[in-house]
Amino acid sequence: MEHYTVTFSKEELARYNRHIIIPEFGLEAQQKLKAAKVMVIGSGGLGSPLLLYLAAAGVGTLGIVDFDVVDDSNLQRQVLFGVESVGLPKVEGARQRLQALNPYIKLVVYNTQITSKNALELIKDYDVVADGTDNFPTRYLINDACVLLGKVNVYASIFQFEGQLSVFNYTNAAGEVGPNYRDLYATPPPPGLVPSCAEGGVLGVLPGIIGSLQALEVIKVITGVGDVLSGRFFSFDALTFESRTFKIRRHPTNPLNGDNPTIRELIDYEQFCGMKAVEKKIKEIDALELHQWETSGIDYQIIDVREPHEYEIVNIGAELMPLGTVVQNADKIDRKRKVVVQCKTGNRSGKAIRELEEKFGFENLYNLKGGILGYIRDVKPELTAY
Amino acid sequence: MATVFIPTPLRKFTNQTSKVEVAGDTVMEVIQALTATYPPLQRHLINADGKVPNFINIFVDDDDIRNLQQEQTAVKSNTIVSIVPAIAGGAN
Repeated sequence: MEHYTVTFSKEELARYNRHIIIPEFGLEAQQKLKAAKVMVIGSGGLGSPLLLYLAAAGVGTLGIVDFDVVDDSNLQRQVLFGVESVGLPKVEGARQRLQALNPYIKLVVYNTQITSKNALELIKDYDVVADGTDNFPTRYLINDACVLLGKVNVYASIFQFEGQLSVFNYTNAAGEVGPNYRDLYATPPPPGLVPSCAEGGVLGVLPGIIGSLQALEVIKVITGVGDVLSGRFFSFDALTFESRTFKIRRHPTNPLNGDNPTIRELIDYEQFCGMKAVEKKIKEIDALELHQWETSGIDYQIIDVREPHEYEIVNIGAELMPLGTVVQNADKIDRKRKVVVQCKTGNRSGKAIRELEEKFGFENLYNLKGGILGYIRDVKPELTAY
Repeated sequence: MATVFIPTPLRKFTNQTSKVEVAGDTVMEVIQALTATYPPLQRHLINADGKVPNFINIFVDDDDIRNLQQEQTAVKSNTIVSIVPAIAGGAN
């Protein structure tokens, strides 16, 4: 859509008034925002403030990609979600919150993991991509997809107290294309050297700061207002309050768009980052099978990895062992009998099983497919679904 | 002599020190002096070829040493050397 054909209703004009009255911004920048399509990948720590501000600012179309489900440990920093979103797919929680915040924008949600197979298709119809994901393979995947498609990639990442921000693959007014992630970091660190936030932690307000700066750069890229953080790399240390903006450049050795490009299509990024290709499959049981076990006298143990307040709402007589405590309680899990692990939807229990199998070598764990919600739906509809 | 900024992920090797004054006339001399003081840092800052690995960026003031004279880039007494490793967190 060409922005000069964009019109606003009376309600929208009232809503965006504080933008429109800024002389350097004005109606034209607001029209550009409404005409823009922005793809936000990852709706967690960074994605939360990013999406809230982009939706509030009036970006016309927001695409959101995430495959995760909201859990209690997200709420310390993922301000897009409240207690009512726990257990929902993140994209669904995000859609509800953002549509309530701004009914005048279009939201397109993709409850899926971005991969080498779907990345180009997901991104191709959007003008700008904002990367708020949480691992190196996906960082390189999004970078490469953006360079191959000629899209701007507004990049941010965080760890513990450290935040980084840059705008990659941005074409300036003179037609010069700026550096991308591979110019900054040609190769990822070996697996395990830099822990993820799930393992290493992150101060809750840090993604709020860095995600808001990411929203700022998305808005600048779309509107052309100000100097975009292209060819520059911002680093912020929340502990010392030191922030620095470094100059970065394109390198002739960049395999995507250097002097001798060798990457012309998306590759296997797990392999590139030296990680195992796919997550090991875990054993599953569905609600009806579990009900058969219950009624046929099969001897088994059942563990509920939800939080105590969820257990209080409804439970099916399982032993309560919240996800965060599973490892320290591993000795209470039977090794001889079959053990069913359950949560609300099957996501957290899957995580618990992977961790138990990896750290302690369990082989007798079954994930309750669909969690307690599936059990209530298929076996005991008289119980409280929440 | 230069002031080196240690990033959060590497501070566990520097007793949580974030800023270190280190002697040296080049980036490599500064890194060697730094890893002499904090030996566990060495495997993160210098690879088997004796170079700074790709997933660590070293900036001398505002400039990437790859755009200067790499590890041989000169430092002065008021130079700030920043070590900036790749981090990837954001969603979880």
